[in-house]
Amino acid sequence: MIYAGILAGGQGTRMGNVPMPKQFLLLNKKPILVHTIEKFILNESFAKIIIATPKEWINYTNDILKKYQIDIPRVVVIEGGSERNDTIMNIISWIEKNDGLQDDDIIVTHDAVRPFLTHRIIEENIEMGLKYGAVDTAIEAVDTIVVSEDGNYINDIPKRETMYQGQTPQTFNAKQLKDLYAELSEEEKSILTDACKIFSIKNKKVKLVKGEVFNIKVTIPYDLKVANSIIQGSIAND
Amino acid sequence: MINQVYQLVSPRQFEVTYKDKVIMSDKVVVRPSHLSICAADQRYYTGTRGEQAMKEKLPMSLIHEGVGNVVFDPTNTYEIGTKVVMVPNTPTEEDDIIAENYLRSSQFKSSGYDGFMQDYVFLTPDRLIELPKDMNMDVAAFTELVTITVHALSRFEPLAHSRRDTFGVWGDGNLGFITCLFLKKLYPQSEVIIFGKTDYKMNHFSFVDKAIKISEIPEDLRIDHAIECAGGKGSQYAIDQIIECINPEGFISLLGVSEYPIEVNTRMVLEKGLQLQGSSRSGAKDFQKTIDLYNKHPEIVEYLSTLVGKVQKVTNLSEVVDAFESDLASSWGKTVIEWKI
Repeated sequence: MIYAGILAGGQGTRMGNVPMPKQFLLLNKKPILVHTIEKFILNESFAKIIIATPKEWINYTNDILKKYQIDIPRVVVIEGGSERNDTIMNIISWIEKNDGLQDDDIIVTHDAVRPFLTHRIIEENIEMGLKYGAVDTAIEAVDTIVVSEDGNYINDIPKRETMYQGQTPQTFNAKQLKDLYAELSEEEKSILTDACKIFSIKNKKVKLVKGEVFNIKVTIPYDLKVANSIIQGSIAND
Repeated sequence: MINQVYQLVSPRQFEVTYKDKVIMSDKVVVRPSHLSICAADQRYYTGTRGEQAMKEKLPMSLIHEGVGNVVFDPTNTYEIGTKVVMVPNTPTEEDDIIAENYLRSSQFKSSGYDGFMQDYVFLTPDRLIELPKDMNMDVAAFTELVTITVHALSRFEPLAHSRRDTFGVWGDGNLGFITCLFLKKLYPQSEVIIFGKTDYKMNHFSFVDKAIKISEIPEDLRIDHAIECAGGKGSQYAIDQIIECINPEGFISLLGVSEYPIEVNTRMVLEKGLQLQGSSRSGAKDFQKTIDLYNKHPEIVEYLSTLVGKVQKVTNLSEVVDAFESDLASSWGKTVIEWKI
C-alpha cells in the first residue's frame, strides 16, 4: 500500500517569537498544514495520510482538521518523535501496528510546511518509490554552494552542475527504511538527520525527482511573507 | 489547498500562479489528464487575438478541450476515479428558451476565464459528463470540438426542411472532418460531399460520398443543405459558393469563426429563401448527446482517432510551449497534451 507521512513535528523554534508551531501558521487565512493535507487528499493512491505532530498539538491538529471539514477516515493524526527520523519511524510503527507492514509498502514523507507541492511531484514520488525504493525531490542549485567546516574559511567549492537542493517529498520503501534504520548505531542516528542519507550511506540508490522552485519550505518569517504574497498576488490578478 | 494555475501572460509566455482553493465545497475536483489545443487557444498564444482582447483577458489559463479523472467529490455525485469530460461553459442563470452557450452571462473557460491548464479543476457536477470506461482518452480530449458539430446538427434537425438528399460541408479541417463523419452516421441515406482546398487533407475523408475541390465545383452540382466549417476570410468564399449551389429553401449552418466581418450575398439568400443559422460553442446537453453517440456508434471514435496528431507529454512549462509550437507547425489533426505537470 501507499502511505503519506506528513511531518508536522516542528516546534516553530526557527520562526522566532511565533506562539505556535509553524505548520499551524496561517497562509491566506488557512493553516499551512491544512493546505498541505488537502493536496494529499486529492491523490487517491494513498491508503492513509498520517500526520505526525508533537504530542501536545495532537488535539489542536484534530480540531483544525475538523474546522476545515477534513473529516476523512484515511487522514490520521499521530504523535511524532523528537527528531525527523524518529517521526518517520513513529509513522512506520503506526502502519505496522494498524495495517501490518508489507514488503512493498511505500511511504511518501512530506514536510507539513511545504504547501506548494504539485500533483506531478506526488505522482512521480509514488511511481519512482515503487520502482526504486528510495526517492528524493530536489531542484538544481541556483546559487554556488560553498563548503566551510568552521564557518570562517572555505574548504571547497563543488561544481554547481552537480549540486541540488533537497526538498520533500522523500519516498521510501517502509520496510527497507525501518531495517536500515535499525542497523544504525546511536551515533550514526544522531548524524543522519536526512532519511535519504540512510539509504545512500548503505550504498542504496536514491532516485531523484524534479522538484519546483516554488515548493518552498515555510521556515522563517520571511518565507511566510513570501508564501502569503505569492497567493495574494495571484488573487489580485484573478 | 494551493492550486497551481498555468497562465498565458503575454504571447508565447506562460507563468505559474497560485490560487487558494477549498476542497470541501459544492464542486467536484478533477485532475486533467488529456487536453487538446484549439485554434482559439492559438490566437491567444500567438497574440493574433487582437491587442484589446489580449489586454483584457490575459493573464489567463488556456485550453477548453479536456478530460480528466474525478479525484474528490464532496457532492457524492461521482465515484473517485471516474473518467469525465469537462464542459467549459458555465451558465450563471437559467433560461427556458435560450441555450446556455448563447446566454451573454455565461462564462467560458479559456475565454475570459481560466481554462483547464491547472493542477486541479473545480467544477459543479453538472459541468462533468462521464466517459465510457474503455474510451480512447486521446480522442476524448477533443470531445468539446465534436460537441460543436453535434450542437449545430441538433439545431439543424428541427428547422431544416425534410429533403436531405445531399449535404455539402465546406472546410477540410478538423471540424469539417467531424461534421462529415456525423452527417454520415446520422443521415446514412444522404449523400455527403466535402468541399476542400487541400488534396492530402481531403484524402482523410474516406467515409464521404464525394470530395470536391473548391476550385473545381461542377456548375450543375446542387446540394440541399450546407455546413460551413471554413472560418476566417475563407468563410466569405465558402458562403458565396454555398449560396451558389444550394437548392432553394436550403439551410446553411455557419460554424467557422470569421475574425473580421465578411460580405454575404443577401440578394441570393432572399431569392432562394435560404435559412442561415450561426452556431457557436455548446452546452452540457450537447456533451451528453455526443457521449451517447460514441456509445451507440463506437466506430465514430475509431474514425476520430485518425484525427489525433501529435500526443505530447507535458511535465513543465517549456513543454507546454513545445506543444503549442508543434501544433502551429502541424497542418492536420489535433494536438493532444498528456497533462503530467
